[in-house]
Amino acid sequence: MLTKRIIPCLDVKDGKVVKGVQFDNHEDVGEITDLAYKYSKDNADELVFYDISASTKNEVVETTWVKKVADKINIPFCVAGGIKNIRVAEAILNLGADKISINTPAIENPELITELAKEFGSQCVVVGIDSYFQDQQYNVYSRTGDPTTRTKSNRLTYSWIKEVQDRGAGEIVLNCMNQDGIRNGYDVKQLLDARKIARVPLIASGGAGNMDHFYDVFKSCNVDGALAASVFHKNEVKIEALKNNLLNRGIRVRT
Amino acid sequence: MIGVVDYGGANHASVVNAVDNLGFDYFISDNKKSLDDAEKIILPGVGAAPNVMQQLQNKGLDTYLKLSEKPILGICIGMQIMYETSSEGNTDGLSIFDGKVKKFVPRTNKPVPHMGWNEVRFDKTYSDLNGYYYFANSYYADVSEQTTAISSYGDKFSAMTSIKNFTGVQFHPEKSGSLGYQFLQRFLSS
Repeated sequence: MLTKRIIPCLDVKDGKVVKGVQFDNHEDVGEITDLAYKYSKDNADELVFYDISASTKNEVVETTWVKKVADKINIPFCVAGGIKNIRVAEAILNLGADKISINTPAIENPELITELAKEFGSQCVVVGIDSYFQDQQYNVYSRTGDPTTRTKSNRLTYSWIKEVQDRGAGEIVLNCMNQDGIRNGYDVKQLLDARKIARVPLIASGGAGNMDHFYDVFKSCNVDGALAASVFHKNEVKIEALKNNLLNRGIRVRT
Repeated sequence: MIGVVDYGGANHASVVNAVDNLGFDYFISDNKKSLDDAEKIILPGVGAAPNVMQQLQNKGLDTYLKLSEKPILGICIGMQIMYETSSEGNTDGLSIFDGKVKKFVPRTNKPVPHMGWNEVRFDKTYSDLNGYYYFANSYYADVSEQTTAISSYGDKFSAMTSIKNFTGVQFHPEKSGSLGYQFLQRFLSS
């Protein structure tokens, strides 16, 4: 049986891992390669490397760091940040990434999802969705790495989920922005509805603050993985302890 | 020397990193003459069946690999193209393994692609390496007489298939942590 995945996310800005509250006030939490190696050794199921400033500055993810991380780990490695075309995606894969994740570039050019899936296969293409609850509905936002560039798109979260999977996305990371960084738990209500729509693997993101939050999101929403950043970086939740905790409560994870 | 077959396109990096980290010498090639120098050959696990087969045919590697007597390890797509056919783009494979590769049908509690860590149970040779390995596949082959490891996603499927000098694994040993490295180490040094 497939196990549930625990996924630490390295939000990287200017060569440092940072993590903010609701995408603002970023603070340094550590060196990139040290954290990557530690998570790989601690039995993390996957690592996400997200250059949060790339799309806000119209830049591409810092490739030197991609290679440094890829060389250090032997678990799946997903890279995100301003990947706007096949050529850039291919370069990143050639540096040792296993999947590429697109968010803002997908909103601005949905055809890119189709092209990437055709070129590299759906299993390689992750679409990240930054979703914010406002005016009684979930809206998709772009350029969220910096509060000054954050833009509400003309898309609604659930219809966007349908579109990206129809276009060939092989996985969806749903980041619930209202929860991000405030550690009150994942947005179970939104993720449950997203689960009903998603035929591809669905990863919960935003809101993890303790072990119970991971349990709740797996138990209530049956997501395939749970992504978190600050709780891991600050050592408030240790991956091995988390996995043992989940296993003891009947959630199947790899230990 | 380990020869890693180049299909064109992206990403030998993961498997090459693993081979390198394990201390084996390797080269990447799409050339028959060069591959003659390899003691073992790896067909890496990235790409789609139609493109991969097209590339192999263009270089005359389809027949070469089929007739080779070297130990050959196919990973993921590298395993799938060793079957008779794949429903991915209705592609004819190398017909090294009996059977056809088909697509997982998504259902409730069974999203597709099959992505993540799943349990693998080997027969004999690798049975001490049973455990969790990383998969990322939408296509699979049924369990057959040539199956040497089983995994399950709704139904059982072949996680490893072996005949003579050919081994195919549906999982990615290069991305499966220390257990995956042990698997590769054993294949490469056996």
